[in-house]
Amino acid sequence: MVPIAYYLVLAAILFSTGVAAFLIKRNIITVFMSIELMLNAVNLTFVAFAHMWHQVQGQIFVFFVMVVAAAEAAVGLAIIIAIFRTRQTLNVDQINLMKS
Amino acid sequence: MQLALFLIFGGLAVAGALNLLLQKHPINSALSLVVVMMSLAVLYWSLGAEFLAAAQVIVYSGAIMVLFVFVIMLLNAGEEERTTGSRAAYIAGFPGAAAIFCLLSFVFLSESKALGLANLGGQLSHATNNISEISSVLFTKLLLPFEVTSILILVAILGAVVLARKEQ
Repeated sequence: MVPIAYYLVLAAILFSTGVAAFLIKRNIITVFMSIELMLNAVNLTFVAFAHMWHQVQGQIFVFFVMVVAAAEAAVGLAIIIAIFRTRQTLNVDQINLMKS
Repeated sequence: MQLALFLIFGGLAVAGALNLLLQKHPINSALSLVVVMMSLAVLYWSLGAEFLAAAQVIVYSGAIMVLFVFVIMLLNAGEEERTTGSRAAYIAGFPGAAAIFCLLSFVFLSESKALGLANLGGQLSHATNNISEISSVLFTKLLLPFEVTSILILVAILGAVVLARKEQ
């Protein structure tokens, strides 16, 4: 018997760690990985609430989030490869073409 | 039993997430993210979502993270260096993340009574098992969104091929 709130607090820890990693990391691949961490934290809250309401809809939402995350990872990594090919760097501070 | 599972794998997930934050080399971050995803799969299973536990292991740790590791190896990514921009991110990043965490956990813990308790095993109200319930909802009520996601995957495949292709 574990309170549902503990699962939600765990998801909050993972989400805020993902936010911190997103802001602090300078490598573009690691920044992208912290987005995946945040998606996983949100998935955990969906599963916890699905368990709480005894309904399956929350789990189906997690399924769709997984599909979108897979598509996003494929396109995002392709964009990272294209950036590396043109700029020869993975540091987000050096990818500043749109800065005036 | 469930408390032990939660403490072990929740602690493992938090340790993996912090390791992702603290490691300098991207391959170490990727491997610690695999640890987070595998321990989240165990937590899904303990919440009665067997299908999602299997999908988490297969899709996230099996496909997405392998893609990440391949890209890290392909681009030969080294350790990240600190720049002036990252110092501003430190100043803004840690208090912001701590504020988000404090707000969320305050709300969750103050509503703890209303949220109730989690028990081990299947918890659906009118279903024999998890996978049959998911499939019956997914292929009857949500058939159109399911087909739209297949189109999304197709577009993502084409987009990845076009973006990663060498310029002629």
